Amino acid sequence: MNKKTKQKLAFLLFRLFSIIIVGILLSILGFIAFNGIKVINWEFLSTMPKEGMTEGGIFPAIVGTCYLIIGSLIFAVPLGVMSAIYTVEYAGNGKIVRFIRMMTNNLASIPSIVFGLFGMALFVTKLGFGDSILAGSLTLGLLTLPIIIRTSEEALKAVPESYRTGSYALGASKLQTIRKVVLPCAMPNILTGIILSVSRVSGETAPILFTVAAYFLPNLPDSIFSQAMALPYHLYVLATSGTDIEASRPMAYGTALVLVVIVLFFNLTATILRQRLSRKLKNK
Amino acid sequence: MFRKISNIIVKQLLTFSGAITGIAILFISIFLFKEGLGLFKSPAIEEGYALFVNSKNIVDNLTAKEIKEVFDSEITNWHDLGGEDIEIRIFRIDEIFQHYSDEELGEDYQFLPEKLAEVIREDESIVAFVPVEFAPAQHVGVKELMVDNITFSDYFAGKEWLPTATPAPLFGTLPMFLGTLLVSLVAILFALPLGLGVAIYLSELAQERIRKFLKPIIELLAGIPSVVYGFFGLVVLAPLVQKTFNLPVGETALTGSLILAIMALPTIISVAEDAMRNTPRAMREASLALGATHWQTIYKVVIPYAKSGISAAVVLGIGRAIGETMAVLMVTGNAALIPTSLFDPVRTIPATIAAELGEAPTGGAHYQALFLLGCVLFLITMVISITAEMISKKKNYKDM
Repeated sequence: MNKKTKQKLAFLLFRLFSIIIVGILLSILGFIAFNGIKVINWEFLSTMPKEGMTEGGIFPAIVGTCYLIIGSLIFAVPLGVMSAIYTVEYAGNGKIVRFIRMMTNNLASIPSIVFGLFGMALFVTKLGFGDSILAGSLTLGLLTLPIIIRTSEEALKAVPESYRTGSYALGASKLQTIRKVVLPCAMPNILTGIILSVSRVSGETAPILFTVAAYFLPNLPDSIFSQAMALPYHLYVLATSGTDIEASRPMAYGTALVLVVIVLFFNLTATILRQRLSRKLKNK
Repeated sequence: MFRKISNIIVKQLLTFSGAITGIAILFISIFLFKEGLGLFKSPAIEEGYALFVNSKNIVDNLTAKEIKEVFDSEITNWHDLGGEDIEIRIFRIDEIFQHYSDEELGEDYQFLPEKLAEVIREDESIVAFVPVEFAPAQHVGVKELMVDNITFSDYFAGKEWLPTATPAPLFGTLPMFLGTLLVSLVAILFALPLGLGVAIYLSELAQERIRKFLKPIIELLAGIPSVVYGFFGLVVLAPLVQKTFNLPVGETALTGSLILAIMALPTIISVAEDAMRNTPRAMREASLALGATHWQTIYKVVIPYAKSGISAAVVLGIGRAIGETMAVLMVTGNAALIPTSLFDPVRTIPATIAAELGEAPTGGAHYQALFLLGCVLFLITMVISITAEMISKKKNYKDM
């Protein structure tokens, strides 16, 4: 076989692989969308589950996921952004930064179930929060911390040095410069990190298994110390351990679609936002 | 003055936040290991129970495995446990009612320990499994059988995982380790060639327009929640595997590997593609100028150059596969047995934790055993993350 034929064969194979892979990935989405769209209507989104979760809606799960998103952001955003400010603006470029960065990478690589274990040991048991929105939010917040730190770091680094020196020249202190010049400038980019972590929080199941998630609750949660239902856990329950798995299948498809739409929506927003911003920066 | 103080406070706060990831990791390891290592301090018998024998019996202590075999009637003679040649008679607490009436035992069963002692004293072959509150320990002619603590090798080399067995639960994690290894490695075997192929296509062959369109889509798919992949695996992949290979159930190691491969693909493609695109233009052009074809240039120049990036992609893919919980939990069938083929149901480390922690009483041996699995998982992923980092660093040295 001469080298031209070899090349043709190899390239054909790679094209084929690409078509297969993209095909598989898109068909997963298509399958969920096709089956899910049939059940989704206003009632499905706005009512409680009925008849052992074979009918009705997923309203409490949507509400629960919203609470968890808000709770985890309240915890993770200030900490994460401050951590990034410290690393970029204060820590210089020495061993400390390398160490912090290594720790952030390590934290990002810990499997989500381990976060669940930790959340259960510390927040649920040791601190006595019980299975609660508080415990779940803290656990999820910890999980999203690396995402927020990394994107905020990049955002801060992208602020031109001349902005800072200009501010100093006007007599501003370092803190004033950070608050009034660097942060506003970096905000849009930091926002992409926050959006990404919202998407992550909405989809995670393992960390909430033992810290907040409830199989079924007749009422909406009324305080941060109550349990809550959440979309990903609700899907897991419907798919594997509902009262009547066959009858609750349509509900499961619907839940899966809502979950995928939420997650992809946030991911897409972050991607588009980032592209726009980098284009803007280039134009400057 | 006030401004100075607030400046100092803010700086302290920032420093603390800078250290937050380190603190988090420290806390995670402390809590995990504290709970997990407690397992080796607890005796291998159901909590709140003890074993008693006749004081003439020369056997003093038993291991968890021996207890289990005795109560499963696999060992039936004291001789096998280092005692005399007498058949073992198992005595459970409820049998006491066949020997004594309720009146004899007292209103609050206050005479029960005494009566138990009587039974045990009479029979040299007896082994009684008794709640500690009724333990006849102080009575003459009765001896408590010491139960060995769970050991490292019981845990890491034990082949049986029976966490709720009475009287002695078994915490052998070998099935889980092998299950995790099997599922992850096979997943990588599927995902690596496919992922590399797609990465080569995207970085070397595709038109810029197609690449710009496909890459974000593939990266977007990395964000789909694992529970959705698991659901897809459950309703589509498992029945497909079952039909194709004519199996009794579709939830097998193979199904888990396939779904993990699909999940790891976006990561592998994205990282490997980035690495390949970083190959300097001069190197490609030099190769082409020497008369090499495009394909020869790819596999003799681009791939070797991007080797460390590709290895990092593989390592990251394995890391994701090992730690993945929900998808695997939903499609692998969850049998805690040592897998003999790809078509067996298996159970991985994360799936075990997710499936059982909810039912394990807080602080008990089962709970500790699951935390220890968490520790192992934590260590494995730490090693993987550090390895990936070192691999991608190595490349920087080469560049210089």
